[in-house]
Amino acid sequence: MSKKILDITELKRNFRMGSEVVHALKGISFDVKEGEFLTIMGSSGSGKTTLLNILGCLDKPTEGTYMLDGVDVKSLSRDALAQLRNHKIGFVFQAYNLLPRTSAVENVELPLLYNSSISAKERRERAMHSLEAVKLADRMDHTPNQLSGGQQQRVAIARALVNHPVMILADEATGNLDSKTSYEIMALMQDLNAEGKTIVFVTHEPDIAAFSSRTIMLRDGRIVKDYFNENKKSAKEMLAAMPATDDY
Amino acid sequence: MSLINLFRIALRALQRNKLRAFLTMLGIIIGVASVIAMVAIGQGSKKSIQDQLSSMGSNMITIRPNSNVAAGARLDFSSVQTLKEQDIIAIKKQAQYINGVSPAVTQRGQVISGNLNWKTTIQGVSPDFLSIRNWPLSSGISFTDADVKTADKVCLLGQTVVANLFTGGENPIGKVIRFNTIPFKVIGVLAQKGENAFGQDQDDIVLTPYSTVQKRITASIYFQNIYCSATDQANTDKAVDELTSILRTTHRLKASDEDDFTIRTQAELINTFSSTSELLTVLLGAIAGISLIVGGIGIMNIMYVSVTERTKEIGLRMSLGARGKDILMQFLVEAILISITGGLIGIALGITSSKLITVFLKWPTLVSQSSVTLSFLVCAVTGIFFGYYPAQKASRLDPIEALRYE
Repeated sequence: MSKKILDITELKRNFRMGSEVVHALKGISFDVKEGEFLTIMGSSGSGKTTLLNILGCLDKPTEGTYMLDGVDVKSLSRDALAQLRNHKIGFVFQAYNLLPRTSAVENVELPLLYNSSISAKERRERAMHSLEAVKLADRMDHTPNQLSGGQQQRVAIARALVNHPVMILADEATGNLDSKTSYEIMALMQDLNAEGKTIVFVTHEPDIAAFSSRTIMLRDGRIVKDYFNENKKSAKEMLAAMPATDDY
Repeated sequence: MSLINLFRIALRALQRNKLRAFLTMLGIIIGVASVIAMVAIGQGSKKSIQDQLSSMGSNMITIRPNSNVAAGARLDFSSVQTLKEQDIIAIKKQAQYINGVSPAVTQRGQVISGNLNWKTTIQGVSPDFLSIRNWPLSSGISFTDADVKTADKVCLLGQTVVANLFTGGENPIGKVIRFNTIPFKVIGVLAQKGENAFGQDQDDIVLTPYSTVQKRITASIYFQNIYCSATDQANTDKAVDELTSILRTTHRLKASDEDDFTIRTQAELINTFSSTSELLTVLLGAIAGISLIVGGIGIMNIMYVSVTERTKEIGLRMSLGARGKDILMQFLVEAILISITGGLIGIALGITSSKLITVFLKWPTLVSQSSVTLSFLVCAVTGIFFGYYPAQKASRLDPIEALRYE
């Protein structure tokens, strides 16, 4: 029985909008075990983003508990949350969020800058290693504007990997990419998952969810479906099967 | 986050907006440079006044008869006659802190040599006068105490008098000139002294033994002034006390009587002028200081713009694990870097422009160590002070909102 990375029970999040209280999450419970590839699906307004913020330790639940790798997030201070994000989570954003005019390798180094136990030398080595893992070893000194969208997202994934997180948290990571490049990114994700990385992937595209091992569907702040993918698709095979004419 | 990394990040952020960083710095550069240059001008003029005054003899003490009231009318110094030969003798005999005494009796009149004449001042003094005033001879010899005793008709000429009486460039030594009707033999020529701090030509003078003036010109036993030199500038105050008690004794003043003389030292004069130029320094410094504050506000403004512009970057850094403190430091270091770089450039510019002012405008300037240190410290503090609020604003951003900021 593998370790629980995420353990969420009766999670609620309310927002106060003037005199009204908006219940964005109305009691959610699930857990994620090490090595899972989970997609969280839902249309807008389903509470997807709120859940993502809480999972990413950017926000704290109003009620309920959220245990990340054995740490109760609710009790932590702002600074302690920052440290938790730094040590345990690798973020991948829809808009890549790379620093402009900064080389790929320096972008990847960024999370390690906020970890004082890592020397400059080790930082550079780990960043280079991460970039190799996303097959961008030859693009280390390129700045974001010299890279394609898919390459930028791979740099962002390398950045998410560099601090050896317990979980990679992707927010619509393929939202800005064409389908072929999306498949490439998903293939990379599947490779990482195969190496044992836990991945939580938020999306609203069902064909992206098909690449994961498990899917949680949200609607109106509640889980409406939570199922394991019986016939998980391989992104690599999808890529190979794509008609050549698509490749213009 | 280590300081080296902070500096690297700040440096990179500034490099991305070179022109903007430079323009922001310009405020500080101008501020610091003007503080240094302005204070240098103030200090320079103070120094030059001090030098000028001490060239008159910095340990010189002047004794004048006090103003007096005769029949209800207050009279000026010169009409009062209290200083006499016996004062000189008493001072010479008793004073420990005095190493030179010379009386002065002055008369204006026409000096004539051949077919040239010139209106000037004849001053009767003792041989000590030249050392009291720090006034060397450019040629010839000075008169002696023996000349004083015999009221010899010998004289020393100032450069202005020489220039007006001996236009052909002939050597005046050995020549006989007349003051009004009295002939004097020229035995020496005084070195050039130039104008004094009040713009008077000090070289327009004829010096002669005081006894000669008293007996042959003014027919008076009184002196208008007594000049003394203290053994050391530090001893002037003691010397003044000593002179006061000696003069009170020789003038037979009762304890209840006021002094019938006034003693002035150069230090008083120096202080008066120094405090004037001190005020100048403070005023110039204050104006320059204001420009430094304006420069600081410029930094604050740009840092606010920079924080807003980089909200997304701040959100990203926070989501990757930057604490509020890390973000605060990042922007603070950036502001300090701007102000300190500006400060260093400003110091260089201030010193250079002070030198240029001296070279081209012939204004005396003196770059003081303290104005450099102070203005540098002030601009470092300016950076921290004006950089803190924008940096704090950045550090308090909500990472969720910052990330979604467009």
